[in-house]
Amino acid sequence: MSTIIEPTIFELSSPGRRGVRMPASDVPLVDSLPQHLLRSELPLPEIAEVDVVRHYVKLSKLNYSVDEGFYPLGSCTMKYNPKINEDTCRYPGFLFTHPLQPIETVQGNLALMFELQEWLKEISGFAGVTLQPAAGAHGEYTGVLMMAAYHKLRGDTKRTKMLIPDAAHGTNPASVGMMGMQVVTIPSDSRGNVDLTELEKYCDDTVVGMMLTNPNTLGMFDENIEKVIEMVHKCGGLMYGDGANLNALLGIVRPGDLGFDVMHFNLHKTFSVPHGGGGPGCGPVGVSKTLLDFLPSPLVGIIEESEDDETAPFYGFVTPEHSIGRMKAFHGHFGGGMVRAYTYIAMHGPDGLKAISQYAVLNANYLQAKVRGHYKIPFDRICMHEFVAEGRFEGSDVRALDVSKRLMDYGFHPPTNYFPLIVPEALMIEPTETENKDTLDKFADALIKIAEEAKNQPELLHNAPSTTKFGRMDEVKAARELVLCCWLPENYEAMV
Amino acid sequence: MNTPSNLKYAKSDEWFDPASGKVGITDFAQSQLSDIVFVEILVDEGEDVTAGKPIASVESVKASAEIYAPASGKVAKVNKGVVEKPELINSDPFGEAWMIQIDGGVAGDLMDSAAYEKDSASRAH
Amino acid sequence: MTFIPTSPAETEAMLETVGVKSLDDLFDAVPKKHRFPKLNLPPALTEMEAAAHLSDMASSNENVRQDLVSFLGAGAYNHYVPSVVDHMLRRGEFYTAYTPYQPEISQGTLQAVFEFQSLMANLTGMDVSNASHYDGATATAEAVSLAYAQYRGKRKRIVMSPALHPQYRDVIDTYTQGMGVETVGDEETNLTLSPESLTSYIDENTMIVIVQYPDFLGRIFDYKKIIDEAHAKGALVCVVANPTALLMLKTPGDMGADIVVGEAQPFGIPIWYGGPYLGFFTTKKSYVHKMAGRLVGETMDVRGQRSYVLTLTAREQHIKRERATSNICTNQGLLALAASVYMSVLGKEGLSEVANLCYQKAHYAAKELSKLKGFKLFSSEPFFHEFTLQCPKPASEVNQYLLDHGILGGYDLGNDYPELKNHLLVAVTEMNSKEEIDALVEVLKEM
Repeated sequence: MSTIIEPTIFELSSPGRRGVRMPASDVPLVDSLPQHLLRSELPLPEIAEVDVVRHYVKLSKLNYSVDEGFYPLGSCTMKYNPKINEDTCRYPGFLFTHPLQPIETVQGNLALMFELQEWLKEISGFAGVTLQPAAGAHGEYTGVLMMAAYHKLRGDTKRTKMLIPDAAHGTNPASVGMMGMQVVTIPSDSRGNVDLTELEKYCDDTVVGMMLTNPNTLGMFDENIEKVIEMVHKCGGLMYGDGANLNALLGIVRPGDLGFDVMHFNLHKTFSVPHGGGGPGCGPVGVSKTLLDFLPSPLVGIIEESEDDETAPFYGFVTPEHSIGRMKAFHGHFGGGMVRAYTYIAMHGPDGLKAISQYAVLNANYLQAKVRGHYKIPFDRICMHEFVAEGRFEGSDVRALDVSKRLMDYGFHPPTNYFPLIVPEALMIEPTETENKDTLDKFADALIKIAEEAKNQPELLHNAPSTTKFGRMDEVKAARELVLCCWLPENYEAMV
Repeated sequence: MNTPSNLKYAKSDEWFDPASGKVGITDFAQSQLSDIVFVEILVDEGEDVTAGKPIASVESVKASAEIYAPASGKVAKVNKGVVEKPELINSDPFGEAWMIQIDGGVAGDLMDSAAYEKDSASRAH
Repeated sequence: MTFIPTSPAETEAMLETVGVKSLDDLFDAVPKKHRFPKLNLPPALTEMEAAAHLSDMASSNENVRQDLVSFLGAGAYNHYVPSVVDHMLRRGEFYTAYTPYQPEISQGTLQAVFEFQSLMANLTGMDVSNASHYDGATATAEAVSLAYAQYRGKRKRIVMSPALHPQYRDVIDTYTQGMGVETVGDEETNLTLSPESLTSYIDENTMIVIVQYPDFLGRIFDYKKIIDEAHAKGALVCVVANPTALLMLKTPGDMGADIVVGEAQPFGIPIWYGGPYLGFFTTKKSYVHKMAGRLVGETMDVRGQRSYVLTLTAREQHIKRERATSNICTNQGLLALAASVYMSVLGKEGLSEVANLCYQKAHYAAKELSKLKGFKLFSSEPFFHEFTLQCPKPASEVNQYLLDHGILGGYDLGNDYPELKNHLLVAVTEMNSKEEIDALVEVLKEM
């Protein structure tokens, strides 16, 4: 038997307990549906409101969060989520508008979406933006669909290969797999750039395009980026940019200017939409002129120009000529994604956005400089917003996982582990711009201390975390026994 | 690491028994994958397989691997036992955890046990 | 510099540690001719100014709580959200956490998702649920991916009801563009046919049959026969269900469905102009390895404490890469929490009251509306809280007239079904008072 720290909501249930009540019906009673259409029982919990509140408050206290402390999870951009966003996205005019309302009743929403499209275009240097995709991976799939549609419309049917660097996020090859295309892995060179000699070998007329994260997952800005794009374009391929790492580039360089044809944004990384314990995200996609006509439908457009400076234009929905179609129901993650990101961008302006990237990059380089010499840094040059160190030590059996778990004892969230796959025992560290020097110093000190412990007291790392409410989990048990749900106890009705 | 000398081995860590036609993954492979929780056999009985083409997919707690046919021929039998109990691959990779049996199998480019031991040792970390 | 805490002196000290002279020197790897573009964006607003600006934008909309009376549903429903729900969502411990990759310090999110999975499995009558999908439409598309993977791409036919939400059908069409599959059944224009007519499309090449419950026109059918027929041909059946209706109706699990998906927005999530919402995905245990999305399982920690972890992660894109069933990475974690809190705080009785109010009010509205001259119900099939109303003139004109009287009339079915251009899809929830329903009837009487 295991100890229970907090019972499940089903275990807290007791027959006859009530939470929130609904008012009595104010219409004349009608007959219920025939019995054979009705469910026989509704096996859901019965709990008082106060106990529901206490249950979820207790659960919340078992979480580590950005509001509590430093969260340097590489490639996830765990920056501070401004509180004002939580207010603006709940204004009644946003909260209580139905997605199928006539457009003349939701001009405020459409104006916000249109401006956000325009702002993202300006920030990224693209010709068009769709706000519809729900998350980064969803945006990627949108991009891959557009690339395929582009070649198909040209009758260029022998293109089936997507070039993907070995350092790429798993969503890149998975998006390509969903399209039934073939993935060709391109290795990185010793400076963390795409290996041009290898790339050359695959650039032919069977290439759909290339999916490149830049800066890549090593935190390196590809020093040959223009050459890479030129090579892909030369063989007729299109260039996809994974915008997961856009936090390094605001006001620094526009992917569209570099020659990318399509890129997704992660509003939940770069533009401060909170991660919500796994979502919802928000993954708009920008495209160059080449792919403008293929964007998913519908987009927000101006239906009637304004008559003068005083009046607003009339906004509505438009469908591009060769649109790939609809990626999800309705218009995307409006309230939880777009309104928050809009608020954030509005509060920054051009200089504020540039400062975000400058400080995201400064913080990463500062941390890298502090831990250099204590951890091996396989690609050691000026990094962008994140860097990768190796969590292994000469003559010690300590692994990256142990370093991560030990960091929890020092009160920090660990970095991303074992990614990118090309670095052994990878620790991928992204501090973001919203951390101050004291925090970075403390974190660097903890990492340095842990490196010493790894050599002198490795058991401290193997047994970590020891100061948290929970210790390491038995993941094999979880996967073998597969207990994925709980139910009310069998004798539930008799328990009073 | 166990490497029975009566079997032939592929560089991609499958074993092939020329006597019985059985195919599985090696002790080295299971140790690299660690705790295996799911096996899917991608071919049906009676189907022809070609050396080097995928015949199964294996998932452990931390990793996933594609299993390739070490020999060409007709699938005589699929081992349902290993699908039901994937952990057999960890406990008995060369015995109960065989995956398919190939009739009249023509081996692909395979190594003997000594060569495989050397090859896998060079990849261990 | 809005949210950057570093002072100028600290900046100098940090630059020195890094070994560069200025912030701009950090970007030498960026091609010079494109470095530091001048962005043409409005100047930064302070918090006070941003709040006022956003408030103006929001107020320029007409919303369904203060400005309009709404009978619009069609996949997004206006329900009451108990106060507790948002109080819990606003806890930074929940909303500022990431996907729970480090279970020792993420048990809050993990247990909440485990409970969400449990609540949804109990609601749908299925064995397992995942941690959620982007929305109901993409959850349905992921059901297709499951079936495609289950038959390893060997079965190529999707049989889809014409009474499946039109946007869901669009999304499936988009998602399957690279699969080389065919979709049949939904081109049927005679919507009065019984859903059993779909069985004629089901063959040995069919991977999945998709029906909606209640269907897009509001009708309730028992799908047991179709399900049995599909199973006889070896195909899977996906039922797209409304969760509020499931509080009252026989579960798709009881009918033998293989996959039950849907949009859980009605459970504590505002209509928010269409998103973010909450796709739910439940299935039988035997398909769990082919199911996309995050999955939380129970386990124990080294101290013997019951705990939860993300499990079967090797199915997912970050490990299986191009061989994964789906590329999905995020789930709708925070909104799954909203749905869980909603279900918990209303509880079994409160939820039944919600379902019953929806049912009673919708039936009252249907009865009163069909008394009007020229109006009648499209179907005599049972319905829950949404029904199709035949009007004496095009639904677009009826809606315009209603809007002039401050009423959002319903969904114009002519948008998707040309033969139903005189038909409105009317949704009634617990939010609609008798007074509002009577007003709707009154305005239409005068039309």
